[in-house]
Amino acid sequence: MSEVAARPVHSAILQFLTRRRGRTRADWTDWLTYAYLFVGLAVMFAPVLWVVLSSFKTPVNLVEFPPTFLPYAVETVEVEGFDEPLPLYEVATEEGETRLLAQIRRVGLNAQMIDPAKPEAGRVVVAVADAKPVRHIQFYWGNYAQLLSTSGSNLWLYVYNSLFITVVATLITVVMNSMAAFALAKYRFKGNTLALVAILMTLMIPPTVVLVPTYLIVAQLGLVGNLWGVILPTVATPTGVFLLRQYMLTIPDELIEAARMDHASEWRIYWRIVLPLSAPALAVVAIFSILSRWNDFLLPLVVLNRREVFTLQLALASFQDENQIHYDQLLAMTTLTALPLAFAFIFLQRYIASGIASTGIK
Amino acid sequence: MRATAALSGAIAALAALPARAVEPVMHGAQKALGIKQMPWVFLIPNLLAVLLFSLMPVFINLFYSVTGSDRLYPVDRPYIGGANYETLFDCGNYLDPSTCSRDLFWRALGNTLVFVPVQVAAMIGIALFTAICLNRDIRGRGFFRSIFFFPVMLSPVVVALTWQWILQRNGALNGLLTSIGLNRVNWLVFPDSAFFWSVFVTVWAHMGFFTIILLAGLQSIPRDVYEAAKMDAASPWRVFTRITLPMLKPTLLVVFILCVIRSVQTFDELYVLTGGGPGSATILIVQYIYEVGFAIQPRNFGLAAAASLLLGAVLMIFTLIQLRLARGRNL
Repeated sequence: MSEVAARPVHSAILQFLTRRRGRTRADWTDWLTYAYLFVGLAVMFAPVLWVVLSSFKTPVNLVEFPPTFLPYAVETVEVEGFDEPLPLYEVATEEGETRLLAQIRRVGLNAQMIDPAKPEAGRVVVAVADAKPVRHIQFYWGNYAQLLSTSGSNLWLYVYNSLFITVVATLITVVMNSMAAFALAKYRFKGNTLALVAILMTLMIPPTVVLVPTYLIVAQLGLVGNLWGVILPTVATPTGVFLLRQYMLTIPDELIEAARMDHASEWRIYWRIVLPLSAPALAVVAIFSILSRWNDFLLPLVVLNRREVFTLQLALASFQDENQIHYDQLLAMTTLTALPLAFAFIFLQRYIASGIASTGIK
Repeated sequence: MRATAALSGAIAALAALPARAVEPVMHGAQKALGIKQMPWVFLIPNLLAVLLFSLMPVFINLFYSVTGSDRLYPVDRPYIGGANYETLFDCGNYLDPSTCSRDLFWRALGNTLVFVPVQVAAMIGIALFTAICLNRDIRGRGFFRSIFFFPVMLSPVVVALTWQWILQRNGALNGLLTSIGLNRVNWLVFPDSAFFWSVFVTVWAHMGFFTIILLAGLQSIPRDVYEAAKMDAASPWRVFTRITLPMLKPTLLVVFILCVIRSVQTFDELYVLTGGGPGSATILIVQYIYEVGFAIQPRNFGLAAAASLLLGAVLMIFTLIQLRLARGRNL
C-alpha cells in the first residue's frame, strides 16, 4: 500500500497508460495514438463543455473579451445607507497599496467609491483604470431562471411539442413497422416479395428530395401547422421494417404453429408472441426513431409555421433570427435541449453503436 | 441490456392502450376476411404510409416540375413543359453563376460540388484514423470511443449554435488566438473561412457515426493476419497499406457511399450556422430547394421540384451502388 502511495503520481499515470497486454513497453505508435486521442478529446468535448459553462455566466461575464473559462461573478457588499448591495473593487492607490472599495456609481472614466469598512469616511473618486473588480467563480442560475420566466409557458410548450412528436411518432413507427415486418417474415403469400421491394425502394427516396410534394400532401390533409403534419410523413421507415423482418425470420415458426393450434388469433400471435421476442430489434428501431424525431429540423421547419407548434429545435433556431441574439438565454436553452439526449446517450450508447455498425442506419 | 429492457417495457406499456382498441378490429378482420388475407391487413398501414409519403411524392414531384405558377394545389397549376428545367439551365456561361438566370442554383450547385468531395475526404480520412487508433490495444478505449461518438446524438441545431458561440467575434477561438498574440478573425463573415468551418463543423458532428462503422470493420479483420505480419517484422505503415486497407475495403466502400449520400443532403447545420452566407458562400443544394420552394416569396414549387428531381437522380445512383454493395453483406 505505502509503496503505491509513495510513487509520484505522474509516473503512476504513465505506467497506467503504457501498461499493455503481452508486451511491457509502448513504442512510438502508442504515443502517437495517445497524442491524437487527447487532442481529439479536447476538440470533441471542449465545445460542448464551453457552452454548458457559458450558460452559467452572468450577462456581463458573457460579453467579456477575452472570455473567461469558468463563470465568474462580481463580489458584492452591503453598505450602510445603500439599498442595493454594491460591487466590490480592488483599487491600486498612489502609495502602491491596494484597498477594497465598493463602487457606488461610474461617471465616465472615474468611479465614486466608498470604503465598506468605514462608510462614514465618505466617498472617494477613483479612476476606472485603477480599479479591478473582485470576482470569484460562481455558477449563475439567472439565465435559466429568466428563460423559464420570460418565455415561461412557451418553453414548456416547445418541450411538450417535441415530446409529443417524438413519443407518438416512435410508437406508431414501432407498431406499424413491426406489423409489416411480421407479415413479411411469417407469412407466405402472393405479393410478399413485391411488398418488400416496394418498401425497400423508398430507401432510394430521401425525404429532402420529396420535400415539396410531402408538403402538398400534408396541406391536403389539412395538417400544416399541426403536430401530426410532421408525425405522419416519418412513420414508415424502410430500414425499420427491414431490420425487424430480418430479426423475426429467426423466430421459429413452430411457436406460431403451436399458438394457432391453441386457437390464438393472428393478432394475438403477433402481439403476444412475436413482438415480445423481437424486443432487442424493436429497441434499436425505437432508439433511432426517438433520436431522429427529437432532432428533426427540415420537415418541422416547413410544416410547423406558427410559434405555438414550434418544436424545441425550431424555437432554438429562431432565437438567432431575431435582430439581437440573446446569448444568455440561448446558451441556457441549448444546454437544456441537449440534456435529455446526453442522458439517453449514457444509457443507450452501446445499443446505438451496435445498431449503426450492423445496418448503417441513423 | 437493462436499459433496453426498461425501454422496451416502457414502449410496450405505452403501446398497450391503443393496442387494446385495435385488437377487436383485428379479430373482426380475421373473421370477415379469413386467415389468408391477414398478412395484407398487417401490411396495409405501412404500405399506405409508404405510398402516401414516399412513392406518390416522386410522381407529384414530376408533376410539379413540369407545371408553373406559385399555387400549391395541382389543379391550379398550368402545364408548362420543360420550362422549369430550362430556367434552371439558362446560363450564358456555366462556369460563371452570375450569367445564369437562376444564379443561386448554380452557386448552390457549385458549392455542393466543392463541399461534397472535401467533406467526404476529410470525414473518411479522420474517421479512419480515429477508428485505427481506437482499435489499438490502449487504455480507456470505451471512454475515447464515447467521446468521438457523442456529437452524433446532438441535434444539428445544437451543434450549429455551439460552434457559432465559439466562432463569434468575442468567442472562445478568438480568445485563444489573442492569448497567443494573434488577431481576432470574424470567422463566419469571410466566404473562405465560413466554408472551411462549414466543412469542419459537419465533420465534427458526423465523424463518430462513420468511425463506429469503420471500427466494426476493423474488428472483423482476423487477429492472426497481424500476428503473422509481426513475425515478419513488417513496419506499421506496411501493415496498414498491405493488410488493413485491403481487408477494410468493403467497409470503406459502404462508408464512402453513405457519406456521399448524406453529404449531398447537408442542410440543418449550415442553415443555422451560416444561413448559407456570407452572401451565398455556403448555400448548398438542399437549402436552395428550401429557399425557392418555401422561404422566398412568391414560392416557386415548380423550380424547387425540378431541382429536387435532379438531386434525387444523383442520389439514386449512389443508393443503387450502396444496395448492390450491401447485398454481398448482411443488409
